[in-house]
Amino acid sequence: MAEATTAPSGPPGRLDRARVFIWLQEYGVYAAVLALLAFNVLFTPHFLDAANFRTQLVQVAPIVIVSLGMALVIGTQGIDLSVGSVMALAAAVVVLYLGYGAWPAILMALLAGAVVGAAGGSLVAYVGVQPIVATLALLVGVRGIANVLVPQLKEFRNPDLIALGSGSLLGLPLVVIIAAALTVVVTFLVRRTTFGRQVVAIGGNRAASELSGLPVKRVLLTVYVISGVLAAIAGVLATARLQASDPTSLGQFIELSAITAVVVGGTPLTGGRIRVLSTVMGALLMQLLSATLIKHNLPQSWTQMVQAGIILAAVYATRERGTR
Amino acid sequence: MGTTDGPAAGKAPDGLGPVLEARGISKRFPGVLALDRVSLALRPGEVHALVGENGAGKSTLIKVFTGVHRPDEGELRYRGEPASFATPLDAQRSGISTIYQEVNLVPMMSVARNLMLGREPRNRFGVIDAARMNAEAERVLAGYGVETDVRRPLRTLGIGAQQMVALARAVSIDAKVVIMDEPTSSLEPREVATLFGVIRRLREQDIAVIYVSHRLEELYQVCDRVTVLRDGRLAHTGDIHELERIQLISLMLGRDVGEVRSGGLTRFSRDRGRAVTAEPVVEARGLKRRHVLQDVSVSVRPGEVVGLGGLLGAGRSETAKAIIGALPLDSGQVIVAGSPLRRRTTAGAIKAGISLLPEDRKAEGIIPTLSVRENIALAALPALARAGVVSDARIDQVVDTFMKRLRIKASSPHQKVSELSGGNQQKVLLARWLAMQPKVLILDEPTRGIDVGAKAEVQALIDELAEAGLGVLLISSDLEELVEGSDRILVLRDGAVVGELSGDEVTEERIMASIAEHSSTNPEEADAHG
Repeated sequence: MAEATTAPSGPPGRLDRARVFIWLQEYGVYAAVLALLAFNVLFTPHFLDAANFRTQLVQVAPIVIVSLGMALVIGTQGIDLSVGSVMALAAAVVVLYLGYGAWPAILMALLAGAVVGAAGGSLVAYVGVQPIVATLALLVGVRGIANVLVPQLKEFRNPDLIALGSGSLLGLPLVVIIAAALTVVVTFLVRRTTFGRQVVAIGGNRAASELSGLPVKRVLLTVYVISGVLAAIAGVLATARLQASDPTSLGQFIELSAITAVVVGGTPLTGGRIRVLSTVMGALLMQLLSATLIKHNLPQSWTQMVQAGIILAAVYATRERGTR
Repeated sequence: MGTTDGPAAGKAPDGLGPVLEARGISKRFPGVLALDRVSLALRPGEVHALVGENGAGKSTLIKVFTGVHRPDEGELRYRGEPASFATPLDAQRSGISTIYQEVNLVPMMSVARNLMLGREPRNRFGVIDAARMNAEAERVLAGYGVETDVRRPLRTLGIGAQQMVALARAVSIDAKVVIMDEPTSSLEPREVATLFGVIRRLREQDIAVIYVSHRLEELYQVCDRVTVLRDGRLAHTGDIHELERIQLISLMLGRDVGEVRSGGLTRFSRDRGRAVTAEPVVEARGLKRRHVLQDVSVSVRPGEVVGLGGLLGAGRSETAKAIIGALPLDSGQVIVAGSPLRRRTTAGAIKAGISLLPEDRKAEGIIPTLSVRENIALAALPALARAGVVSDARIDQVVDTFMKRLRIKASSPHQKVSELSGGNQQKVLLARWLAMQPKVLILDEPTRGIDVGAKAEVQALIDELAEAGLGVLLISSDLEELVEGSDRILVLRDGAVVGELSGDEVTEERIMASIAEHSSTNPEEADAHG
């Protein structure tokens, strides 16, 4: 064929750019976190103080937990907008059942998260509703249910639950340890289990997965259930730290922070790839960034604009080369 | 060009010259020459069949006509003048309308609104006059055999009626050329008859029609001339009634009638036609699905390669999908090694021992984001895991075995599968299925789009697998491959088995003759077309 003449090898330097791109895709978010840490060590007074460090980590922990579930969902080409409302529902349920003791109450809250996840997952997997629509309905509806259950801020004095929120183990806040443990669990799930590999395959090519006999619908359903449970855990922990249940405002807009963490971490919204550790790094990056700018007395609006820039940069770096 | 000056001279700029003409059009996509100096002249008032197998360039040519693609070479002429359509809308405004398989109207709006969109009758206040619009729409549609409440949303109509609305709209906005892409694929026989009536009316109004279909019956019924494309080149243009069916088929498939092949060009070498006496390892009985499969029964014995022959759209891939449980059926049964599959799911069929290498490697085969290793292990994952945790050692062993056995060329098992050549991707998919140790392997176009070397390797592998006792159902548009690879061949046409060839009958001529056979086996169809 006369094809030989039409295949240019490309200008020199093209390859180098491609290499830089691949490197950025893989390690960009780690590099950014390290750079920001280095900057703070050098220029921010008291940055290395234990107290400051603790605060940052405790603040970011719920976002990390929610992001883990979001990463799984996004890996299937889906999205879960209901996570913030699930946090609120968990906050409401946990105080309602506190009379039975902290652990039964927490169990009920997690169950509530699983039920919401199952509802969203069924709509997506079995009814065929688009994920953004199905979970948008839940975002609105579940917040309403939470508000009905606990109409106004409700304080509590259960010592176990309070300890969960403010306790420490070996000098580390419990909340942070739990977030780290869940990160390990989800990493294992994605990398080492049949289920995790099937999640990624379904996100990469659903038709091929179906023809390969994968239980596509069941896997999709499970992914949303996991996201719901993780959001409920985040809701319980945040409530424990606040020492009050606040279904009206708890978890508002956290779905956006979680999506940001996933995207900045380099997980493509087109599915087929899940980067768990990078997602955690993405959440840390956003947290560090806002802390840094605040410490340097820059207004919140600056933070937002810089964050927008980072999101765009991440999407640019993640996009598949050669496609548009 | 010599045009006759006559009474018709004032009507069209060129008298009886072509209304739409492609002259030496070439279109190149990365890696393929989709159209290679193709010419086609469409005369006013003719129904022109455009046919060809997969990859022949039909859809590319249509897209050039409708302004979706710009040709790289050659000239497009419309009504006697050079034309260049910037966008599909541009072509449509100039009078070239396309009726797609999927109707492109607004499903939520009323039938009348769809029909009159953009030129609704208005009252003296400039508001749409609904009563007049509806009355007008009803009158127009009655001429197309559509009798319905025109105030209903379009989507509540059947596909056939929706297509009529699209057609009526196309004609009423002063189309000079109507392109119909497989218009009858989802129509009932009665609706087909109506459509043909409408097409004949278009002809009387001097509107030219390009008619794309795989159904030979229809082509001979409604078309005047035919253009055959093959591998992006013009294979034939002429009066369709001067062409026998078998000649048309041989033009489409690129095989000469009566040409005697010595064979040996493929890598099949097994002794075929041995008496295989064992019980069928898989048997499909009476597969039926409206518009797709009329009644297909297939059985494959261990060690036997059964070929499915037929033209594009005959129901070969659909049969494969039905057997694996990926195509919902109205009725039918699949029996594996004597026991019928109860729940018809893909997972169930795979578990029972059926594997399908799908036709569309990219869309239905590979997972592009994953590595070679993960693509190979995909279907067998549950078997390669303990309590849901995958075993790297076991996966490595399977992947290593098949990468060696099938000679998959990759820099490492961890290379992304999307970076491999087509042939190696195909081998990865074969490995995925062989890792399942199936009883039956259904191969849908296993060598399409892969290079010659890989093709020979895949063909040799098919032999080897059959030799080892696997049952193979082979679908291929490459007649030579089908003939040399198969022990027995079932020929499909319009979703029904129209012939079975075995032993010495397995020849290219017999397959083509089978496809061409006049006698329609379906009384319903004969009735509708009669």
